[in-house]
Amino acid sequence: MDWVERGASVLDLGCGDGELLERLIEEKQVRAQGIEISEQAIHHCVARGLSVFQEDIDTGLSEYGDKSFDYVVLNQTFQQVKKPDFVLKEALRVGKKTIVGFPNFLYISARLQMFLGGKVPVTPSLPYEWYDTPNLHFLSIADFKEYCRKREIQIERSAFVAKNRRIKLFPNLLAETGLFLLSK
Amino acid sequence: MQNTETRYFTFAHPPDELTLESGEKLGPITLAYETYGELNRQKSNAVLVLHALSGDAHAAGFHKGEATAGWWDNLIGPGKGLDTDKYFVICSNVIGGCKGSTGPSSINPVTGQPYGLDFPIITICDMVNAQKRLIDHLEIEKLLTVIGGSMGGMEALQWMVAYPDRIRSAIPIATTMKHTPQQIAFNEVGRQAIMADPNWKKGRYYGSAKPAKGLAVARMIGHITYMSDVSMAEKFGRRFRADREPYKFGAEFEVEGYLRYRGDNFVKRFDANSYLYITKAIDYFNILNGKRLADIFKGLKAKVLVIAFKSDWLYPAYQSQEIVKACKLAGIDTTYCEINSTYGHDAFLLEIEEEAHLIKHFLNTVSNGNRNGA
Repeated sequence: MDWVERGASVLDLGCGDGELLERLIEEKQVRAQGIEISEQAIHHCVARGLSVFQEDIDTGLSEYGDKSFDYVVLNQTFQQVKKPDFVLKEALRVGKKTIVGFPNFLYISARLQMFLGGKVPVTPSLPYEWYDTPNLHFLSIADFKEYCRKREIQIERSAFVAKNRRIKLFPNLLAETGLFLLSK
Repeated sequence: MQNTETRYFTFAHPPDELTLESGEKLGPITLAYETYGELNRQKSNAVLVLHALSGDAHAAGFHKGEATAGWWDNLIGPGKGLDTDKYFVICSNVIGGCKGSTGPSSINPVTGQPYGLDFPIITICDMVNAQKRLIDHLEIEKLLTVIGGSMGGMEALQWMVAYPDRIRSAIPIATTMKHTPQQIAFNEVGRQAIMADPNWKKGRYYGSAKPAKGLAVARMIGHITYMSDVSMAEKFGRRFRADREPYKFGAEFEVEGYLRYRGDNFVKRFDANSYLYITKAIDYFNILNGKRLADIFKGLKAKVLVIAFKSDWLYPAYQSQEIVKACKLAGIDTTYCEINSTYGHDAFLLEIEEEAHLIKHFLNTVSNGNRNGA
């Protein structure tokens, strides 16, 4: 929330039922547009007074010009799309800045479940069973940093969270969620 | 909502006839219209409802002594999707129609006889230009929204292009920016059925037997395109009618009986020449008209809600997505929803719960001013 400037334009990819966009409108008076694939979620968004397209973000944002939004948000969406590389590339093209949030697969309790329990982890930020998960890609905070280096994506700011608290030390081990402010 | 009635507005008296897109002139023109709810003092709560091919001005409520309600009564009324406690709802019959507005069955003032094929070809643009005269007459500066499905959706798109300053929002439903060859083809088969009827007599059948069989067949074709494979299977299956005569060519299957019933019923309420003129207007529809997708809605300030239905194969969702694309390119504040329905194209008249939810909240947002930032 702190990273978004007042009155900015925001495109939320995979906006769900629109909770984040509603908060951004109320607290930051942003100009908001959501994209979401689920019809049910669209009904919730419209009830909140949001503008939202029912669309698959995997097929791209080709109608939007370069840098046509101040911010493009991929909050808990990145790991669920089929082509994260392509989606992030498009987000970075369309947004002056891009905000990405995803669950850290190598959070300590996930590691313990894997190494001690010998099972695919189920944690508060990764709450799904292996047979019933919308997550298609599993990555750690370290993976993402390395990816940004390779793709020459600039990490302007980052924040790490576990149990609603900021994590400063050893985020790859201690954070459930990683948040990044990116530009290219 | 009880006892609504149709009113009439006549304009374009010679020599001030309405110039049509074809260059021909038409006048005087009468528009049949109905209104529901009250226009507020600021005149800011007016909603224009736009009907489809076979619709009319009677969108809601009951006419005195009649048992059937208006064609969109499940959406329009107190507390409904288009809440008449809040909004002033207007619906007018299109020009070319046969339910009170000037059309081919009206008397040509020059000859004193029904126009028949002397009626000029009209387009969606002409229909909207006539509606705009009615809105002027009602002294409404800016409509809260224009809303319609199918051909009504085309009229909504035409309002967005022709009178962008007169609308605060638009709701095109189950529609397209241009009629495709498949859509034109179905309409042409309908027209051929009418013109092949010996009673049609080049449109000069008024006062004698109507081309009832031809119009009924046209309507049967229409109905097939309004349903879906799934909805037909659910509604009829392969069931036989109870009163069938086996091994004859009577209506044996339920679906045959239904189509015949629908066709025969339509003839009682619709004019065959109107069917020719209105389907032609739909076929001519191409809002792009040589313009680029990015330019078509340029500068439009209105908010837009686009609705499509998954099983609609007559106006498939990809055609609504084209509208959304054009809105995106123009930077318009747009919402798009694809409602999961099995009803086919007819869904816009039947899948009311989801549709009403979207419309109600969308209009709330529009009428409360845009809370969405700048």
